[in-house]
Amino acid sequence: MPFEMSSLIPVLPEIFILTAASVILVVDLFLKDSQRVISYGMTQVSLLLAIGIVLLTDSGARQIIFDGSVVRDSMSDVLKIAVLLISAGAFLYSKDYLRDRALFKGEYYVLGLFAVLGMMVMISANSFLTIYLGLELLSLALYALVAFNRESVSGAEAAMKYFVLGALASGMLLYGISMIYGGTGSIEFSAVAEGLANPNANKMVLVFGLVFVVIGMAFKFGAVPFHMWVPDVYHGAPTSVTLFLGSTPKIAAFALAMRMLVDGLGTLHADWQGMLVILAILSMAVGNVIAIAQSNIKRMLAYSTISHVGFILLGILAGTDKGYTAAMFYSIVYAVMALGAFGIVILLSRGGFEADKLADYKGLNERSPWFAGMMLLLMFSMAGVPPTVGFFAKMFVLEAVVSVDMTWLALVGVFFSIIGAYYYLRIVKLMYFDKPEDQSELTAGLDTKIVLSVNGLAMLVFGLFPSSILTVCAIAIAQ
Amino acid sequence: MTFEKFVFYVFAAVLVFAATMVITRKNPVHSALFLVLAFFTSAGIWLLAEAEFLAIVLVLVYVGAVMVLFLFVVMMLDIDTAVLRSGFIQHLPVGLLVAGAMVLEIFLVVGPANFGLEKYAAPVRHAADYSNTQELGSVLYTVYMYPFEIAAVILLVAIIAAIGLTMRKRPETKHQNPSEQVRVKSTDRVRLVKMDAEK
Repeated sequence: MPFEMSSLIPVLPEIFILTAASVILVVDLFLKDSQRVISYGMTQVSLLLAIGIVLLTDSGARQIIFDGSVVRDSMSDVLKIAVLLISAGAFLYSKDYLRDRALFKGEYYVLGLFAVLGMMVMISANSFLTIYLGLELLSLALYALVAFNRESVSGAEAAMKYFVLGALASGMLLYGISMIYGGTGSIEFSAVAEGLANPNANKMVLVFGLVFVVIGMAFKFGAVPFHMWVPDVYHGAPTSVTLFLGSTPKIAAFALAMRMLVDGLGTLHADWQGMLVILAILSMAVGNVIAIAQSNIKRMLAYSTISHVGFILLGILAGTDKGYTAAMFYSIVYAVMALGAFGIVILLSRGGFEADKLADYKGLNERSPWFAGMMLLLMFSMAGVPPTVGFFAKMFVLEAVVSVDMTWLALVGVFFSIIGAYYYLRIVKLMYFDKPEDQSELTAGLDTKIVLSVNGLAMLVFGLFPSSILTVCAIAIAQ
Repeated sequence: MTFEKFVFYVFAAVLVFAATMVITRKNPVHSALFLVLAFFTSAGIWLLAEAEFLAIVLVLVYVGAVMVLFLFVVMMLDIDTAVLRSGFIQHLPVGLLVAGAMVLEIFLVVGPANFGLEKYAAPVRHAADYSNTQELGSVLYTVYMYPFEIAAVILLVAIIAAIGLTMRKRPETKHQNPSEQVRVKSTDRVRLVKMDAEK
C-alpha cells in the first residue's frame, strides 16, 4: 500500500505537540535555573501554535485515517482547541506557584505537554486501542505530575493511590474491550458498531464487556462509586497540578465516553443508559452532600467535581444529539470554571502558604474586591445561578433529559444542585461577610491577574451569550 | 491422546501448579522463581498454539528482564510477610465467596456456551514455513503504525517521569572528581605544621 505524506495532515496538531515536547525537553537541559522561563514560554507558544494548526488543517469533513485508528471531525477539533486553550491557562496560573516552591522545572511543562498529547489522542481516537493508549499517556504523565513535589509526603501518597487505582481501572477497561473484541471481532469503532448491529451478535458477552468498559470510564471520570481517588489526589497534589488535573481531563473523559459509548457501542444505548443513570444519581448525591462537610477548599472542589461529573453523565445518557451537545457544553464550561476556581486558590497562595482552608477566604472582599468578585462569579457559575454560564450548562442538560421523558431524573438533578448551592454560597458568605484573618497582599504577577480576570468575566459573558459556544458544540455533534 | 495433547496437559498442569505456588509460598524469592516457571510453561503453551514470536518474547522480556528485576527488588526490600498475612483467615470466607462468584461469572460468559468451537471455528493450521514474526511485523508498521508510535511516546514519558522523580542532588551525597584526584599533589594531602615541643 503506497504511503502519502498528505495523509499525515489531519494528525498534524498531535505531531506538532509531540515535536514541541521533545524539543523543549532537550532545550531545557541546556538552560540554567534562572532561565527556566524559556521552557515555560516555549510551552505556551507551542500550545497556541497547536491551536492555529488545528484551525488551519480543518478540512470540514469527517476523515478517518491510519487504517481506522484516528478520526478527525469537528467534535475533535472543538474539544482539542478547548483542551489546548485551557491547558495554556493552567500553565500560566501555575508559573508563580511553582517558582515560589522551587518546582519551576522543565519536566513539569514537558510532562504537561505529553498529558495534553494524550488527551488529543483520546479525543480523536477511532479504535479501542488508540483510546486506551491515549488514556495511558495522559494518566502516566498525570501520575508523575501529582508526585512532582518530592518533599511532600501527601503528594507521594496521592500519586501512589492514583497510580494503583488508575492501573486497576485500566485493567477493567482492557478486560471489557477484550470481551467486545471477542463479541464483534474488531476494535475499530465503526466495525464494532456494525458487529453490534448483527442480530446474531452475542448480547451477553457484549453487555458483560460493556459493564467493564463503563466501570473503567467511570473511574477516569471520578464518578461515584469509583470516586475514592478524587478527593485524596486533589488534596495531595500540588495546587498547580490539581488545577491541571481538575480541568482539561474532564473534557478528555467526555471524549472518551462519546467515542466508546456513542461511536462504538451506540447500539447498546438501552443497556448503558441504565448504568449511567445509577452513576449520575450517585455522583450528584455523594458529591454534593459530602462537599458540605469539607473544610479544605481543594477537597471541597474535588467533591464538587464529582457532582458536576454526574451532570455530564446526565447529558450523555439522554442519548440524543441534544443531550450530547449539552454534555459537551457542560464539560467545556466546567473545565473553565474549575480552572478559574483553582486559579483563585493559587492566587491566594504564596511561598510556604497554601490557601487551601475555607477560613483563608474570609474577608477576601476587603483584601481584594476585584478578585472576590471573580470568585463570586465562579462560585455562582458552579452553583448554577443565572446569569452565569453554569446556569445555562445545567439548564441545557436538564432540558435534554426532560426531552427524552426522564423528568424524574431532571428533578433529582435539580434537587441535588440546590443542596450543592449551599457550599458554593458559603464561600461567597465567607468572602463578603466575615472579617479577614490574614491581611497580606496578593503577590501574583500581572499575567495571572489579567488571565484570571478574563476567566472570571468569561463566566458572565458566556452566561449572557451562551449560544456562542452552544452553536459550536451543536454543529460539532451533528457532524 | 495424541502427543500434542499430552504435551499441552503436561504444560497446563505445571502452569497451574506454579501459579498456585506463586501465591502460597511464604518466601517472596520462591514466589518469584515459581513465577518464572509459570512464564516458561505458558510460553510452551503459546508455542503449541503457533504463536512462536509471542512465546519467545515472553521468555526474553518477562523471564529475562522483568523477573530478574523483580528478584532484585524482592531481595533488596525487607518485606515482613507476617504483617501482610495478618487477618488472612479472617478475610478468607469473604475472599473465597467473591472469587467463587467471579469464577462462575467468567465461566458463564467466556465458557463454551459463548466462545465454544461451534461459535468460533478453530483457526486454520499453518505450514511449517509460515512466519508469524513476519506477519506481525507487516501489520505493526503499517496498519498499527499510529498506536505503535503512541506506545513509543508512552515509554518516553515513563523515562522522563522515572528520571524526573528519582534524580536529585542531595547535599550529603559525595561524588568523585577524577580530574582533581589526578592533579592532587603531596602538599595537598599532608600539611606539615611546625610547633614548639610541649613541655
